[in-house]
Amino acid sequence: MKYLDIIYNGLVRENPVFVLLLGMCPTLGTTGSALSGMSMGLATASVLVCSNMSVSAIKSFVPPAVRIPVYIVVIATFVSVLQLLLAAYMPALNATLGIFIPLIVVNCILLGRAEAFASRHGVVASACDGIGIGLGFTFGLTLLGALREFLGTGRVFDIVVYPESFGSLIFVLAPGAFIALGLLIGLFNYIKSR
Amino acid sequence: MLLVLTVVCVGSGALLAWVFRVTEKPIAEAAAQTRIRAISGVLPHYDNDPLADCVIVVPVSGGEPMKVYPAKVGEELTGVAVESYSTGGFSGRIEVMVGFDTRGILIDYYVMSHSETPGLGAKMDTWFRSEVASRSVIGRDPGASRFKVSKDGGDIDGITAATITSRAFLDAVRRAHDVVFDDNVLKPLAP
Repeated sequence: MKYLDIIYNGLVRENPVFVLLLGMCPTLGTTGSALSGMSMGLATASVLVCSNMSVSAIKSFVPPAVRIPVYIVVIATFVSVLQLLLAAYMPALNATLGIFIPLIVVNCILLGRAEAFASRHGVVASACDGIGIGLGFTFGLTLLGALREFLGTGRVFDIVVYPESFGSLIFVLAPGAFIALGLLIGLFNYIKSR
Repeated sequence: MLLVLTVVCVGSGALLAWVFRVTEKPIAEAAAQTRIRAISGVLPHYDNDPLADCVIVVPVSGGEPMKVYPAKVGEELTGVAVESYSTGGFSGRIEVMVGFDTRGILIDYYVMSHSETPGLGAKMDTWFRSEVASRSVIGRDPGASRFKVSKDGGDIDGITAATITSRAFLDAVRRAHDVVFDDNVLKPLAP
């Protein structure tokens, strides 16, 4: 029950996209379509689970003075591993996400969760936190990507809903990312306040 | 403190070295696959190995050396694929694989890499092979003087709201054409 609660916490109560507002760079940058948003979310989630578990496992050996460099090394290692694996086995996805894969290193969510959660809890609880926050991030990015793709091109996950000529291109471009994100945060707060 | 940092760094270094060794071959294969797919999509029928027969041509008119992949049936040359580029894109370099028959007529193209705006310039991978004849570059001769966007007095309708990308794309295609058909590259390829 406790572990389910941790996952629920990451998904809803502390959703990184709609509540904590962390990791805004990939949130705005990779959500031009639902598919790329979801891929980015899952990539971040997999690194987050690995880094949370490792940080939790080594937390008792790491002196407080060097904990930040150690966490960064751990996170950077997993991000590099992920990038190599993507380049080897999913080159198309690697090309779509491009610079945003190495940029996972500087995503505040990862260091934030290492510092705020994994360095104070056990390995299993940290893994659950990684899954919860990771899925919450994926959920946010997928929803935002789907909304932008729908309003901009009339498609969701490349499935045509209405003809592209009726879409408004601004939602695929950067300004539309801000507008769509603002609308979704508003909606999320409205639902939560009820 | 020093010990912990050292151990963590050595550990992560070892992990990275191992993953790098494991993924080295698949990454090289994936890159080769992309190139093969690009070449086979733009060439006419062939039974040779265009990758192995690749020649590097330095354009007489200047610019970077370019790779030309000949397609042959037996000993007879049926066409060429050229890995071309343009630096005039809206946000950086555009790389295109362009296939021609032996008379210089464009067979097909494949956009290998670009960083154009999604929804605008990024449409070039489908726009220029559209059903609409005035957009399509397929079957045209890029050596012709009217191989330009209509805004510049040419025959081709560029991408709506992405004229810079359209110009850069046509520039890459023309560059591919010129390097092969102006510099007499074909003769040594077809003995």
